[in-house]
Amino acid sequence: MNQLFSFIKKEFKHVFRDKKTLLMLFGLPTVQILLFGFALTNEIKNTRVTVLNYAQDNTSSELISKIDNSKYFDVVSYVRSESELEAEFRKGNAKIAVVFPKGLDSDLKHAKNAQIQLIADASDPNSATTITYYLSNIINEYNGLKLMKTPAPMQISAETKMLYNPELKGAPNFVPGVIALVLMLVCTMMSSVSIVKEKELGTMEILLVSPFKPIFIIIAKLMPYLIISIFNLIIILVLSVTLLDLEIKGSIILLMLASTLFIITSLAIGLLISTTAKTQQSAMMISLTGMLLPTLLLTGFMFPIENMPIPLKLLSNIVPSRWFFIIIKNVMLKGLGIGSIWKQLLILFGMCIFLLRLSIKKFKIRLQ
Amino acid sequence: MITLNNITKTYGKEKTMAVDDISFSVNKGEIFGLIGPDGAGKSSIFRMLTTLLVPDSGTAVVNGFDVVKDYKQIRNSIGYMPGRFSLYQDLTIEENLNFFATVFNTTVEENYHLIKDIYIQIEPFKNRRAGKLSGGMKQKLALCCALIHKPEVLFLDEPTTGVDVVSRKEFWDMLKNLKKMGLTIMVSTPYMDEAALCDRIALIQLGKILSINTPEKLVAGYGETLYTVTGGNMYQLLNLLRSYAPTESCFAFGDSLHLTLKKGTSKQIATAFLEQQGFNKVIIQETTPGIEDCFIKLLKSN
Repeated sequence: MNQLFSFIKKEFKHVFRDKKTLLMLFGLPTVQILLFGFALTNEIKNTRVTVLNYAQDNTSSELISKIDNSKYFDVVSYVRSESELEAEFRKGNAKIAVVFPKGLDSDLKHAKNAQIQLIADASDPNSATTITYYLSNIINEYNGLKLMKTPAPMQISAETKMLYNPELKGAPNFVPGVIALVLMLVCTMMSSVSIVKEKELGTMEILLVSPFKPIFIIIAKLMPYLIISIFNLIIILVLSVTLLDLEIKGSIILLMLASTLFIITSLAIGLLISTTAKTQQSAMMISLTGMLLPTLLLTGFMFPIENMPIPLKLLSNIVPSRWFFIIIKNVMLKGLGIGSIWKQLLILFGMCIFLLRLSIKKFKIRLQ
Repeated sequence: MITLNNITKTYGKEKTMAVDDISFSVNKGEIFGLIGPDGAGKSSIFRMLTTLLVPDSGTAVVNGFDVVKDYKQIRNSIGYMPGRFSLYQDLTIEENLNFFATVFNTTVEENYHLIKDIYIQIEPFKNRRAGKLSGGMKQKLALCCALIHKPEVLFLDEPTTGVDVVSRKEFWDMLKNLKKMGLTIMVSTPYMDEAALCDRIALIQLGKILSINTPEKLVAGYGETLYTVTGGNMYQLLNLLRSYAPTESCFAFGDSLHLTLKKGTSKQIATAFLEQQGFNKVIIQETTPGIEDCFIKLLKSN
């Protein structure tokens, strides 16, 4: 026990004396969460709108001011013809245009039906869909207000409600994904160099020629990274809550426990790489290239897994972050309890035990 | 204490021969030297005896334990200092020593008497990180770490490579002291002058043992008269003497040449020959052969 304790102490010293790596360990997650949270969101804010107003009446001006007042849109220009409108789009001055037809007011009064045209720049289809959806919402809202004032004919309208993330903010979707991604990458990378480093430095030769048990070496190697990763997780969560206005709806203890399980699983992947790789560099390469793409693509936070071809869907099952992503979404965003995630927890637990067993088995008690 | 029987080790798919059917034994309490150039197979022998590598064939016993079957017992009873500096560069002297003491289930205090003489020399720097130490201090620290668990057999793989002359001498003095405490020491070195400090040496080349003997007997068995040749351009002299028919062997040795002559040729005849060729200041003197001379002779006859 004393042996193990002293070994763990030594591992901590390695970590804390390597300032560059330490900076990376703590800097990387912070930068990533801020990048994803702020810069790379697909949120709609201050979208530039241009207006082609053939109507020039009450309804149109009310609508324009409503659009302009919304925090999602800024009316930046008014054009007088279709060709001017096209020019605005070509110059990139507007993302979306609203066209009010002639006689909007009278159409509404007499025909009880009027049409407004929305023209969106769909060179970026995702954001085009979103802003069109937002803008239609504003118009529908206005419609609703009008309906209350005037006696209206029977009308059925579908009302959409966005659960768990009603404002369609980017952060709720990204944060769980980034947590999964960052933990997976950082943990795997850290532990993947740990054992191979001793091999490269030659210290493994002495460790092997000692009565120290391989399993102790593995435990001691994992310990500092486990604690650092938990600390990292706390930083990420604090940043999400304070800077990205994200609320942790479920139990924090459950969230931490599930995350710890995921961290150990990721560390075990790194260990497995470390027991087989020959140099630190190759271990880094394997963990970076081998982990980055699968986690990015197959976790489900960038591209929905449901839409993937069957082979990729099957492949995604062996990516631990995929299961963790579901857990963290359920607990953090939906506030669900252990009942909703026990299956995922069980899968992660199984993976974790399997990987640890495998890396202990692969740990060589001799050179080569 | 250590016995090797027909040990063979090859590397890779090409079966590159590293150790070729080697047998020898080391007695309890002696300093046994493995002497040979780089790539002779010294480190491979060390790694097999320290249970880090498994021999392709043959058996080896260390301290009564088989190196393959009983590797755990061996790992408890030996000290090993690898050829490359293998301590934690980012830990201080003291931290390294304490760490290796606990890994071997002991404490520095318990076995301090073993390392005292060596540790005293590096103690003033005990808070310095191992990576920042000089070559000699690194070796002393590594020796301390290998000794701290009171091993019965000490394996030192090229402990003095890259260490200055003074530190090398100190190092060998330490080994002598350890021997007095009853340790069996197996040491390898590429330096022939260190070979004379061992109780027995094995000359090894290309994975084969050329000779095992005490340094004195090895030198006594040289069997030929050896001359040193000085004066004049060494390179030209070497070429000339090598083309000279009565020359048995001639090679550069420091700033002189070492020469043996075939039977019936005296140094006077050789001197006369050289003078005739224009080397007027050449002096040929008889000298006692060293281990390097024996090694070169053995290499030639193989």
